[in-house]
Amino acid sequence: MYETLILVLDSTVRLSTPLLFACLAGLYSERSGVVDIGLEGKMLGGAFAAGAAAYVSGSPWIGLAAAILVSCLLALIHGYASITQRGNQVVAGVAINFLAAGLTILLGQAWFGQGGRTPQLDKASRFSEVTLPFADSIQDVPYIGLLYSELISGHNALVYISFLAVPLTWWIIFRTRFGLRLRAVGESPAAVDTAGISVGWLRYRAVLICGILCGFSGTYLAIGQSAGFIKDMSAGKGFIALAALIFAKWKPVNAMYACLLFGFLDAVAIRMQGQEIPGIGEVPVQIFQALPYILTVVLLAGFVGRAIPPKASGIPYVKERT
Amino acid sequence: MNAQAHQGPAIELKGIGKSFGPVVANKDIDLVVGKGSVHGIIGENGAGKSTLMSILYGFYTADTGEILISGKKAHIPDSKAAIESGIGMVHQHFMLVDTFSVVENIMLGAEGGAMLDKGIDDARKELKRLAEEYDMHVDPDAIVGELPVGLQQRVEILKALYRGADILILDEPTGVLTPAEADHLFRILDVLRNEGKTVLLITHKLREIMHITDTVSVMRRGEMVATRKTAETSMSELAELMVGRSVLLEVEKQPAKPGAPLLKVENLNVKDERGVMRVKNASLEVRAGEILGIAGVSGNGQSELLKAISGIEKAQTGKVTIGTHVIDLTGECDAAAMRDYGMSHVPEDRHKMGLVNAFSEAENSILGYHREPKYSKGLLLDKEFIRKEAMERIEKYDIRPPSTELKAAKFSGGNQQKIVLAREIERDPDVLIIGQPTRGVDIGAIEYIHKRIIEMRDAGKAVLLVSVELDEIRSLSDRIMVMFDGEIMGERGPEASEQELGLLMAGVKNTEAA
Amino acid sequence: MTKQGQLPRWVDYGLLPALNLIAAFIVSGLVVVVIGEDPFEAVKWIVYGALGYGEGVGFTLFYATNFIFTGLAVAVAFHAGLFNIGGEGQAYVGGLGIALACLALDAYMPWYVTMIFAVLGGALFGAAWAFIPAWLQAKRGSHIVITTIMFNFIASSLMVYLLANLLIPQGSMQPSTRNFDVGGQLPLLRNMWPTLDLGQSPVNLAFFIALVACVVVWLLIWRTKLGFEIRSFGANPTAAQYAGISPVRIIVVTMLISGALAGLMGMNEVMGSQSKLLLDFTAGYGFVGIAVALMGRGHPIGIILASMLFGLLYQGGAELAFEIPTISREMIVVIQALVILFAGALEHMFRPAVESFFAKISQTKQAEGAA
Repeated sequence: MYETLILVLDSTVRLSTPLLFACLAGLYSERSGVVDIGLEGKMLGGAFAAGAAAYVSGSPWIGLAAAILVSCLLALIHGYASITQRGNQVVAGVAINFLAAGLTILLGQAWFGQGGRTPQLDKASRFSEVTLPFADSIQDVPYIGLLYSELISGHNALVYISFLAVPLTWWIIFRTRFGLRLRAVGESPAAVDTAGISVGWLRYRAVLICGILCGFSGTYLAIGQSAGFIKDMSAGKGFIALAALIFAKWKPVNAMYACLLFGFLDAVAIRMQGQEIPGIGEVPVQIFQALPYILTVVLLAGFVGRAIPPKASGIPYVKERT
Repeated sequence: MNAQAHQGPAIELKGIGKSFGPVVANKDIDLVVGKGSVHGIIGENGAGKSTLMSILYGFYTADTGEILISGKKAHIPDSKAAIESGIGMVHQHFMLVDTFSVVENIMLGAEGGAMLDKGIDDARKELKRLAEEYDMHVDPDAIVGELPVGLQQRVEILKALYRGADILILDEPTGVLTPAEADHLFRILDVLRNEGKTVLLITHKLREIMHITDTVSVMRRGEMVATRKTAETSMSELAELMVGRSVLLEVEKQPAKPGAPLLKVENLNVKDERGVMRVKNASLEVRAGEILGIAGVSGNGQSELLKAISGIEKAQTGKVTIGTHVIDLTGECDAAAMRDYGMSHVPEDRHKMGLVNAFSEAENSILGYHREPKYSKGLLLDKEFIRKEAMERIEKYDIRPPSTELKAAKFSGGNQQKIVLAREIERDPDVLIIGQPTRGVDIGAIEYIHKRIIEMRDAGKAVLLVSVELDEIRSLSDRIMVMFDGEIMGERGPEASEQELGLLMAGVKNTEAA
Repeated sequence: MTKQGQLPRWVDYGLLPALNLIAAFIVSGLVVVVIGEDPFEAVKWIVYGALGYGEGVGFTLFYATNFIFTGLAVAVAFHAGLFNIGGEGQAYVGGLGIALACLALDAYMPWYVTMIFAVLGGALFGAAWAFIPAWLQAKRGSHIVITTIMFNFIASSLMVYLLANLLIPQGSMQPSTRNFDVGGQLPLLRNMWPTLDLGQSPVNLAFFIALVACVVVWLLIWRTKLGFEIRSFGANPTAAQYAGISPVRIIVVTMLISGALAGLMGMNEVMGSQSKLLLDFTAGYGFVGIAVALMGRGHPIGIILASMLFGLLYQGGAELAFEIPTISREMIVVIQALVILFAGALEHMFRPAVESFFAKISQTKQAEGAA
């Protein structure tokens, strides 16, 4: 029983990681007032770039760099449409998602001819699992050994980075000048403007950070969790991350809990496939798959606590005659 | 006034001009503001005061003219430059982040380093110092959105002082304040003046000007029309300058023959979304065949009064009687029901409310009445009938260009107003309520619109007229009520003098007038 | 603000959308160049594949039918100022309504009786799936973009469950319903008019249902009281309130209509072509509706044209992928993305340039007139 629990929690961590990167990415963007439903697309674009670059270079780090670059380019398109052109941010996000969905397969097929996949990577070109000190030696210690060696140790570097990104984000958002301004611009861009700060530049920086983190997320999918890019491998994770962001009420630590919860639901769903629960019978896995979305809708409806987005999110900033 | 006052100007504006497309907001404005003085700028809404201040604060760039700060020519392309020039501004709509604490709001844009920790400590210290120096205490950790409006304004002032502003612009600062809060604000302004700060006070309230300023400049229709020493002027002179001696439009009319009351409003109280009471216990009655005019400087609750009576916005308390129908105004709003009971409404703001700019003239001519059976043929709207009726109205009201298909946005102000007026009058209502009937309308159309309103009266309708144009109220109304700060200050006959009404409009009841 | 009025009508409704579209196509062409192929060659194959022979034309019309339904759905919501991004889920659930009608009646009724119930079922189920997001937006202010996205995913899980557990015929391994009998199949156009050369294409009677839907939507939006209220609310909510139009009612009713239209997409796929309810039969067509509605500027005629264009791309894209294997079928997804980007999010990018161009023209004209 304990072992099962640890295994489920272990896969929870693995499944939460891409969500967490994307969720934090969305946090920067939406806190600045730019609604981002293009997380999915940036993840996917990043994943492809990571898979392709890691294959060509043989280095996972170059894969990561490529993923960040591509994801940031997509973020800049989103930024240009939303900030400079004051276009509809949702429409721009939809475009980004399709652009990534189409281009990854199109280029993948053109360059590698494997039906949109990138070639299988060997171990050296992937992020491999890190074994923390003493993990092997204390493996047999009851309870703690398993906890440490399975759950805490034995993940790849990106997993640790994603969880370190949580306190870092918290610190940036709540303890730095940039964070203060970021929070302000999402609530009241006019207040930021009258305080002599450029609204556009602030939002561009937020959108770029969003791109970087989505790059990490995509990298994890392609060369952390898997051995190469597979078409549509983000499979709606960008939207679950978006749901998690709402669920977390746009707060970094909450975001981690929300992603862990949604990751846990996913892990349970995989675990439960075809298994019977005594007394209840087989629970359809689809319930677990739909649960993140259902929970988010319930929260949005405001029946259980209210998720109030940053006040200015989704609204292009135009100086007004007051 | 202390010794520091009037020792060379703090601000000099020379020939400032600004247009928004075809709208001229500021025209060749000159202004000199003495150092260490409180300088008032007074004028009606839309006179161009806010635009001028936005130029000074770098929110807009002037098309023409130059700005001198302390005798030096200043280039103010953005707010940053304004702050660096020592200008601080307290906006009419506060530029605060509601979810932030007081200290976070104060330091935004002046954090003193990339990390917040040290900055927060410094800001707290400075905040404490300023609070003591100017007697402006406020809890640094309170969330701004949860503070009462008066304290939020205090945060705005502290924000400016924290940035070391020497010149403070306050845009309509008392619009959202209770009288007690306003008095406290004036005491603060007094302290600021004594500390050598220059204050520019933008307002349309005469009493404030008399109360606190050293000098006052009057704006009207985008122009600076006069500057006076406050001590050497009077409320009535300022009122006259403000409203302007526009051509008194003589309207031919017979004495009213009032009949039974058709419109009754009782105990109306309306709060706005900020929780400020905008209409305070207003009651009124309009009889058949008379025009009741409501005068007042704009922003004193007239808009809220109109919206509540016409069923667009909910009221805290109050009911309306139209003919024999009694409607509780605290329930769900239903503008359609009001129309069914025989009320027509020409709204104050035709762009925001009276018209859908993207719709054709014909479509606009049925807005609000589109459910009437005569406009439908089976399931569909009877386009032909709608067009025909619209065309008849175009001819009757001389709307130009005479096109039913042209989009409302492409008509001139006067013609747009005629479209609305035709729609609301031609359905032959019992009660007509009408807000700012001639705002932004050319002289020819004004005369026409006035005639129509008189005709409605003579046809035995009850007309409630709300206007900020005193001349209009005086020449049309059979009885006049004056609104100030949400309250109905009193009722006068049409023979009441402009001075008398002007004082009521400034919130001065007859007894206190000097 | 007043500037928009200064451009001639044909520029607003013709030139600017055309420029946006051209920009999207130019960038698409660059993508083809990056891949190392000749974009003109690609265009040739797309056009040939879509229009060069009867079967291609049939497929083009078949795809266009889907897009007309989903495009109308998005457009109707746009008219009320609402962004219904949930067309995909509504179409999916609507397909269930259609399938249930077919499953219930196909053995007893001729196709034209079943069709009536299928249309009702599809519209009802699609509308039902739009109802909760609509109600939450109207009453609780929950953002409809987010809730409709969430409902897309919920629909997806729900349908997997239903198909894999309840609707699957015994002994089958494929999660789908059983095949409908003839009483649950819309006639194919190639059987209705054998003289027409439509090859083996699945274009069917649903194409005409889609055209009828266009007429109905056109009448609804521009000729009825409800349409008048929807447009008023979308163009100026304050004026709508002044006119006594209830925002709650408009939001809910508009979304129900929008959902119903999306739900009808299954008439083409489920009852028209596949004769069963398949997993993921919507295949992203709900999202194509966004591009179609943006490009068609919310007008049924525009939507028909845009749907034809996308039908052409979908069918021609298949031909292209066959003829030039390095360009896969996803090229059309890229084009679609670029159309959404340029015709939607970057809608006004060319406006300032075009405006100053026309301002210059009118200046020179005036100068000439004066001379």
